[in-house]
Amino acid sequence: MKLVIGLDGQSSGEKALEFATQLAANMETCELIVVYVIEWSPFSFQTAEENAQRHKRREEEISIATDRVLTPAIDTLTKAGLTARAIVRHGDVADTIDAIAHKEGASQIIIARSSAGGFSKRIFGSSTANLVMNARVPVTVVV
Amino acid sequence: MSNIYRVFFTVAAFFAAAIPAAAQEAAQEVVLTMDEKVNAAFSSATGWFVNGIFMSIPGTNFPWIVMWLVIGATVFTIYFAAVQFRFFGHAIALVKGDYSDPDDAGEVSHFQALATALSGTVGLGNIAGVAVAVGIGGPGATFWMILAGLLGMASKFTECTLGVKYRNEYPDGSVSGGPMYYIAKGFNELGLPGGKILAVVFSIFCILGALGGGNMFQANQAHAQITQITGDFPGWITGIIFATIVFAVIVGGIKSIAKVTEKIVPLMGILYVGAALIVLIVNYNLIGWAFGQIFAGAFTGLGVAGGMVGALIQGFKRAAFSNEAGVGSAAIAHSAVKTKEPITEGFVSLLEPLIDTVVVCTMTALVIVISQQLIIDPNTGNYVLNEAGTAIATVGDTSGVALTSAAFGSAISWFPYVLAIAVILFAFSTMISWSYYGLKAWTYLFGEGKTKELIFKIIFCIFIVIGAAASLGPVIDFSDAAIFAMAVVNIFCLYFLMKIVRRELVSYSARLKSGEIQKFTH
Repeated sequence: MKLVIGLDGQSSGEKALEFATQLAANMETCELIVVYVIEWSPFSFQTAEENAQRHKRREEEISIATDRVLTPAIDTLTKAGLTARAIVRHGDVADTIDAIAHKEGASQIIIARSSAGGFSKRIFGSSTANLVMNARVPVTVVV
Repeated sequence: MSNIYRVFFTVAAFFAAAIPAAAQEAAQEVVLTMDEKVNAAFSSATGWFVNGIFMSIPGTNFPWIVMWLVIGATVFTIYFAAVQFRFFGHAIALVKGDYSDPDDAGEVSHFQALATALSGTVGLGNIAGVAVAVGIGGPGATFWMILAGLLGMASKFTECTLGVKYRNEYPDGSVSGGPMYYIAKGFNELGLPGGKILAVVFSIFCILGALGGGNMFQANQAHAQITQITGDFPGWITGIIFATIVFAVIVGGIKSIAKVTEKIVPLMGILYVGAALIVLIVNYNLIGWAFGQIFAGAFTGLGVAGGMVGALIQGFKRAAFSNEAGVGSAAIAHSAVKTKEPITEGFVSLLEPLIDTVVVCTMTALVIVISQQLIIDPNTGNYVLNEAGTAIATVGDTSGVALTSAAFGSAISWFPYVLAIAVILFAFSTMISWSYYGLKAWTYLFGEGKTKELIFKIIFCIFIVIGAAASLGPVIDFSDAAIFAMAVVNIFCLYFLMKIVRRELVSYSARLKSGEIQKFTH
């Protein structure tokens, strides 16, 4: 059985991690896939100079996400005796988590309740809400 | 960083201080003299270069450079068997991201590379340049402009494929590419001599083009547009303001200004085309007549200076200046894309002349024709020439950006204000793009390094002031000449390198057909 855990680097992500740990502990075999999505759109506008630096920036963003969010999460899970691996990817948060869960054949997605609020949430909706509405795999939202 | 600002402001202050110091009493008079001085010095310094580039083919009044560009575009169109039409649908699919590997997400996308290259080309050429073309060559120039735009798609395809294939990738992950790289490396690969020298010559012209069309022309027309609204004031003032903002972005690293512009410019582009459509809808009963004028003018000239050939030259010239196909600038912008297949970037880039010339330029031309700003003799049906006999007489005696502005204003009274803002933003974004192209050529010649880059950036900013102060004639001539000089070297080299592109094209289409290259399901 595979579980996908979506982290956003906020403290609320810890709760999702805790919940997944408990859930996995009750199962005989369970693989945890921890996902961190760096918000990015292929349809944004950039200057020529930004384009030339893009590959470098991407590597930096991936290494920061890995060091700060994913490695500590994987360490915690491994210490608890669970099998876990990490995926970091650029893209739309909801679409990317769903795509990974679908591709990996995961039976469930676990994410924390959206920490974004206020104005941007009213305009764009939260990634969590988008995921719940559009995911092809059952989603558990940890409060 | 404060040192850098000090250097710049010292230079800027020199320009500003030169005037009041010279005469304290008659400031207005001296200001005019300053503009005139810049103008005279400029035309005498660049005259020989301009004349060489625009020399007519002996026995005709057809500039050889225009022929050069069109023959180049035609050769590429034939050599790649009309690649611009065969792979048009595929180009759209690539831009949509259908063939993008999700594992590569976060790299520069095809869309981003296209948008960046477009923001360097969509600009004054589409607004002021087209008005110049239609003003001199009549509506018929539009027909030749569209034809040149369609053919130019093949030139763009060739150069952008090579741009990605032969770019330099540095250990820190950043990239540099463009004609200077593909000329040097490609010639080397084919065992041809002289690649390095040609790359150096291209780089020199690229720096001149960056300072001319990518800078002075933009500053000049932005100033013209501002004075339309505020009333006349000396050009160097606009120049210093622009130079300061550009300096803040390219040297001070104030990315927020560039970021905001890059977001507003596409919106302005859409707004511009939208407004043009409104003008066309308002005058829907004249659309048929306008196309009639375009076709009739294309083959008869309808009385314009130079007749049919005059229309053809103006159309070809403005198309080349606007979409820069064959010039090599887009190859610099496109080379940043991370792709396993360099040719995919070529496919994407062929959309540029289509959007820039066939869509946006044609809109401008249609609006000018349909709004009847060009005066027609009711007896003969031909266009009336102005007193000097150099261009068509217009309502209110306007030319360049003012003509476009008047054309839009005749249907949408408040649009000239929006256009003024659009022109200023387009000018600004084009300057930022060209500062990058020029810089890449500069670092190719002198090597990468903070001080070396700073020197170029300061020179670039000084030329903004000169461009805003000089009058349109000499500036537009030099801008065209410098940009076309890039095309002389670039197209010459593309003839040798095009077989490399064909190899890529044959291999790619075979794999596309066999299903080896597939769409990704996201």
